[in-house]
Amino acid sequence: MNLYKYASPVNFYPLAGKIIPWFAIPAAILFAVGLYVGFFVAPTDAQQGDVYRIMFIHVPAAWMGMFLYVLMAIYAGVGWAFNARLSSMMATSISITGASFTFLSLVTGAFWGKPTWGTWWVWDARMTSTLILLFLYVGFISLQASIDDPRRADRAGAVLALVGVINVPIIYYSVQWWNTLHQGATIRILNKPTIAPKMLAAMLIMLAACWLYSIAVVLVRLRYIILEREQNAARFAEVTA
Amino acid sequence: MLRWIVWRDLILAWRRRADVLSTLFFFVIVVSLFPLGIGPETQLLRSIAPGVVWVAALLASMLSLGRLFANDYQDGTLEQLLLTPQPLYFIVLGKVLAQWLVAEIPLVLIAPLLGVQFDLSKETLLVLFVSLLLGTPVLSLIGSIGAALTVGLRGSGVLISLLVLPLYIPVLIFGAGAVDASIMGLNPQPNLSLLGAVTVLSLIFAPWATSAALRISLE
Amino acid sequence: MDWSQGGYGFYVWGAYLFALLAIGGEVIALTMRKKQILGQRKSAEEISKGRNNETTS
Repeated sequence: MNLYKYASPVNFYPLAGKIIPWFAIPAAILFAVGLYVGFFVAPTDAQQGDVYRIMFIHVPAAWMGMFLYVLMAIYAGVGWAFNARLSSMMATSISITGASFTFLSLVTGAFWGKPTWGTWWVWDARMTSTLILLFLYVGFISLQASIDDPRRADRAGAVLALVGVINVPIIYYSVQWWNTLHQGATIRILNKPTIAPKMLAAMLIMLAACWLYSIAVVLVRLRYIILEREQNAARFAEVTA
Repeated sequence: MLRWIVWRDLILAWRRRADVLSTLFFFVIVVSLFPLGIGPETQLLRSIAPGVVWVAALLASMLSLGRLFANDYQDGTLEQLLLTPQPLYFIVLGKVLAQWLVAEIPLVLIAPLLGVQFDLSKETLLVLFVSLLLGTPVLSLIGSIGAALTVGLRGSGVLISLLVLPLYIPVLIFGAGAVDASIMGLNPQPNLSLLGAVTVLSLIFAPWATSAALRISLE
Repeated sequence: MDWSQGGYGFYVWGAYLFALLAIGGEVIALTMRKKQILGQRKSAEEISKGRNNETTS
């Protein structure tokens, strides 16, 4: 079976259409299961009370934000290196979902921070790095939005995403450095208690749900990007009827 | 070739001195705005000085980056530069060097004077000077990537800022951190060393990224 | 389940409300994009159909 034909956006379009329900429906189910386990099965935490339950959405959202950025950079890089339009379109599609999750992780982090630390925002290493990640997403999205020629937008985005991905460890390290400097001599509460199995289960189920949801949503958006960009492709009319 | 590019850009910048001077004055004004917004209390000003001067330097650099490729793009020179047999890496390096000499060095030289406004000690002023001297090349180098990506686009000025300011954050942290350490009586060496490392890395990799971005923008 | 979440109800439910808005918002934005594309295709079709009736160019 020749898989390479699916590198063409027009050929991938119907395949994506068939795949999407296989991710969307399990995602919905896993969200329901995860929330059930998180709220009805997992016990109240000894230290933090019930507030910790925000973690079930905050942690998956933060991880998705980070993973999706790397994935976006990889797709963009491949699209640039191999001149593969579909790969670049994937990067563009991922960027929006990734930015959305990153923003969500900042908001849920704030909702968790207010009752636990007393303020809506804390300039700790993780939150600050997540904020900078959001800026990196916004840069990528605005750059692509302001370039009219789609292929130039694809390639410019690739350069930016690759520069960003290389910088992320440097930025993360420098923010850690900055944070420890300004902590001074205060004792930092190392947030690593052993996590109860039921809590971990809920977190992992929610993470899986977020992954499946991301794949579904990214593929849906990819199909719309294909519709918008491939008007002149051969077989476009018959495939997108 | 490198010397020729640098010399050419320097001459061109000299013909448009006003642009360069206005960026310098922007830097001075922005730094002076902070005490006006915050209050004249010396202790407070001393503690915010590193951040204020460094952020103002970042913003002033942003202003000058738009000019890096815009003029050459408009009159077709940039296209010709892309066609020369010499490696684009060195052409870019030459233009960035010229931009650093013209736009960043004035900031570095005037910063200690502004530091006096914040009641910084002589040792701290020296650290401020050195940190900016070490850090401003990175501003030019990474900024050139943003400038190259946005050549010829509408609204490229603000867009460059959006792209490049997040990438500047390590430089800001280490640069301002060095000055801050000096104010607190600590050793600024660690911060300056890290800053130097970032500078060396940018010197090696940024012109390559900028060249790639230029080819993408101009094809 | 404790609906008031030990007194932290505002924070827990507030956070999940934002999650719902983010995820729901993304899905809604996608449906709006689909409608927009379909609308554009319809009007493009009508224009080209209209052109078929032209007797002079």
